[in-house]
Amino acid sequence: MKTIPRRGCIFAVRFIIFSAVLLLREIWYLIQKDFRLEWRQRSALNGMLLYVGSTVFVCYMSFSLRGGALPVPAWNALFWIILLFTAVNAAAKGFLQESRGRLLYYYTLVRPQAVILAKIGYNALLLLGLSLVGLAVYAIVLGNPVQNSTLFVGNVMLGALGFATTLTLVSGIAAKATNSSTLMAVLGFPVMIPMLLLLIKVSKNALDGLEFEASRGSLLTLVALNLIVTAVSYLLFPFLWRS
Amino acid sequence: MFLKTNWWKALAVMLLLYTAVAGLLMPVPRLAILNESIRNLYFHVPMWFGMTIILATSVYYSIRYLRTPTPQLDILSHESAKTGILMGLVGLATGSIWARYTWGAWWTNDPKLNGAAIAMLIYGAYLVLRSSFQDEQQRARISAIYNIFAFAAAMPLFFILPRLTDSLHPGAGGNPAFAKYDLDSDMRLVFYPAVIGWTLLAFWVTQVACRFAFLKQKVYEKQLA
Repeated sequence: MKTIPRRGCIFAVRFIIFSAVLLLREIWYLIQKDFRLEWRQRSALNGMLLYVGSTVFVCYMSFSLRGGALPVPAWNALFWIILLFTAVNAAAKGFLQESRGRLLYYYTLVRPQAVILAKIGYNALLLLGLSLVGLAVYAIVLGNPVQNSTLFVGNVMLGALGFATTLTLVSGIAAKATNSSTLMAVLGFPVMIPMLLLLIKVSKNALDGLEFEASRGSLLTLVALNLIVTAVSYLLFPFLWRS
Repeated sequence: MFLKTNWWKALAVMLLLYTAVAGLLMPVPRLAILNESIRNLYFHVPMWFGMTIILATSVYYSIRYLRTPTPQLDILSHESAKTGILMGLVGLATGSIWARYTWGAWWTNDPKLNGAAIAMLIYGAYLVLRSSFQDEQQRARISAIYNIFAFAAAMPLFFILPRLTDSLHPGAGGNPAFAKYDLDSDMRLVFYPAVIGWTLLAFWVTQVACRFAFLKQKVYEKQLA
């Protein structure tokens, strides 16, 4: 009598592991496909890189008029605003560039959860690259007052991840509507503000060279926010997908 | 939510009358800066209680809509969200007046105030999103999705972030919202009925708006037929 439930239990565990592996494989293929597409039409990727570079340079030119270095809080705020706009522009392409037919094709092949997680992963990697390039250009052109560099770079990476998780579902929603580029900003900005406030606070700590302990709470809250948003996207995307 | 009975409407009227009369006439503790403006507690704070409850109701209907898509559930969640936005705006207005006479400015750069304003922006985006779809089913489904997403993103603004930072506003910077020194037992006698009364009023407003929307839909369907 006792063997049957145990066998059932083993079967359930095996099934869960099996489906998780399948999901991971689907995600892996989808991310690969996105990067291959990006690499084949390099105009979009180069366009985004140029967007970051030229925005930084415009900021540099407009602030160099008053001469001297930028005050530290302004440096911080400007950096995050540049990253915010870059992220919105980069993530907006995520679902907009997919044609209707191709989405239908995915529908027959993979699970919707794989699609959203793959998009989040792809956007996260893309934004990670863009934000690190942006940080490098920004630090070279406008000076680098950061005192705790590891914390700052870690915070930027966490920020790119957070922007990716939030904006992926928003771009999926906006792609369904008619005036999607306006909607992207209207829907995305308010939702991103809690994350942005925490990010700016932590990066201010990093700029002032405070030790890690001072910003641990905020970092944990950021990670928790990321997890909440990812979980909500995971749960909601199948419904979005059906329309 | 469609309570067919009427007793709770009578209860809402009684409680709000009690709130207005007792709230303006009952004795209140004399505190230094607050003075008589402490009576605003019966009008400002219940707005946020009511708003949170009614927005949670809206999310509940959105989740039910995603399970079984019917136009009724969409109307219920839309009207609840609109009532929630109304309560939030009234809460912002009453808070702004209160801030003018205690802190000296209509608006201060305070995490709680900014969080409330951003939450209103999020729900404004919900209304913009709704108006940008032609197809009714698509509008209902996608706005339900955004409603759930927005609720998950907006609630940290009210309940988590303000408690992490210092603030003038009670309920922030580690201060509990209802400490002994700012809410004595006499005030509780008015405050809790006020919360229940305003929340019931919010449900009543939502119910009337929903019935109006249902009627409009019925007329529209008759015209089509």
